[in-house]
Amino acid sequence: MASLIHCPHCGVRPKEEFSIRGDASLVRPDPEASDEAWNDYVHIRSNPRGRYREHWQHGAGCRRWLVVERDTFTHEVFSVTDAAIVKREGSR
Amino acid sequence: MRYSAFSIIRQALTGNVNWTPAWRQPEPKPFYDVIIVGGGGHGLATAYYLAKEFDLKNIAVLEKGYLGSGNVGRNTTIVRSNYMLPGNEPFYEFSMKLWEGMEQDLNYNAMLSQRGVINLYHNDSQRDAYIRRGNAMWMEGVPAELLDRAALKKMLPFLNFEHARFPIMGGLLQKRGGTARHDAVAWGYARAADRLGVDLIQNCEVTGIRRENGVVTGVETSRGFIGCGKLGLAAAGNTSRVGQMADLKLPIESHVLQAFVTEGLKPAIDHVITYGAGHFYISQSDKGGLVFGAEIDGYNSYAQRGNLATVEHVMEEGVTMIPGLSRVRVLRSWGGVMDMSMDGSPIISHTPIDNLYLNCGWCYGGFKATPASGWCFAHLIAKNETHPVARFLRLDRFERGYPIDEHGAGPQPNLH
Repeated sequence: MASLIHCPHCGVRPKEEFSIRGDASLVRPDPEASDEAWNDYVHIRSNPRGRYREHWQHGAGCRRWLVVERDTFTHEVFSVTDAAIVKREGSR
Repeated sequence: MRYSAFSIIRQALTGNVNWTPAWRQPEPKPFYDVIIVGGGGHGLATAYYLAKEFDLKNIAVLEKGYLGSGNVGRNTTIVRSNYMLPGNEPFYEFSMKLWEGMEQDLNYNAMLSQRGVINLYHNDSQRDAYIRRGNAMWMEGVPAELLDRAALKKMLPFLNFEHARFPIMGGLLQKRGGTARHDAVAWGYARAADRLGVDLIQNCEVTGIRRENGVVTGVETSRGFIGCGKLGLAAAGNTSRVGQMADLKLPIESHVLQAFVTEGLKPAIDHVITYGAGHFYISQSDKGGLVFGAEIDGYNSYAQRGNLATVEHVMEEGVTMIPGLSRVRVLRSWGGVMDMSMDGSPIISHTPIDNLYLNCGWCYGGFKATPASGWCFAHLIAKNETHPVARFLRLDRFERGYPIDEHGAGPQPNLH
């Protein structure tokens, strides 16, 4: 993967400053949602070969949660956006 | 041709010109009773046991590249059965027993070397956890031995016992564990399966799974449509992509794991040693190279290459455990794509589709499981019934709430 990540708050920083949480397309279900909905959220992954959106946290920088869009095969990074902005714009 | 000391001598005396290919290169037939997708260790072992133990004929293995081109040719060759949980340990011990008879069974030298696997511990709580694991192994009839510092110093004098942060206090030894020649395992199963009439079809990528009335009728491939009665998926690394062709919802993420080999040395490390304070594991190949690796890189990837930060981390762990390693030069490093499941344990299972069977989620422990995985998957396909030692490895254990989480890391694949 790219060694340098363009953090929207901190600028260009080494990848090792970030920790990776996983799939950003998952939406936490309502507490009263069905077992199936919770199983899908906790266990089931689309795991695409290609474009993928992931939650990263910039632990050694701004400590913000970010959404990183990248390619799981070529390792190219397309965009890094603050997760709050992604949520506000509803562009999941 | 049966391999033996006699055949080697006879061939040598006649100039080694009469060796025959180890397996055929058949054209795909229009229909097979059973098709296995994936010509790696697990797929080939499955085909072999289907033919040998379950008397099925008319079997094909489809491989998109060449046989053994995936993780069976890219691992660190460790064989062991030192697990703790009841869902895992009987399965891996079944595998260990199959390893012990495999070379005679296959008539192929897989260079199994039961040199002993030692897991190091560095503090009191870790020692207690290892005692517990050793006892769990004994309860399944698997010998385990706890070594104290003095015993370990005698066996492995080159370890960094006095490290300030992670002193080595002892280790848990499984004597029957060891290594095997990874490629030879794939080749041995391929040759033995071929001799029983299994068609091994290489350069044949599955591009679609055709279904009618809710059952699989065959697969679309780069070499045309091939019909089948039953379909088994053993495509670890790419399970999600193949599963998607049948609309399976899977608890799998693909991650990259790196491994390394050094220049050849004279015999220096006689065992498989794993570092308890990290995830480092090392052994020496028969050719002399030190073979080692550690954690996955920690992000989803289908690329068979990893990041330098992980390389640095692995080297640091290695040198912390064995300071002498700093003098050795690394020859090669490579990456493989792992099927990381949500609990760190594998899946051998029925699927929601009646005649579609799934073998996946081997995380980075699939090599040692090769024989038992093949046997249990063949049992499942042939009898439509789960093998007793694989009964906990079902796909529906996640939704039912019965994960087998050996690390206790929760549903977070990059932590297993």
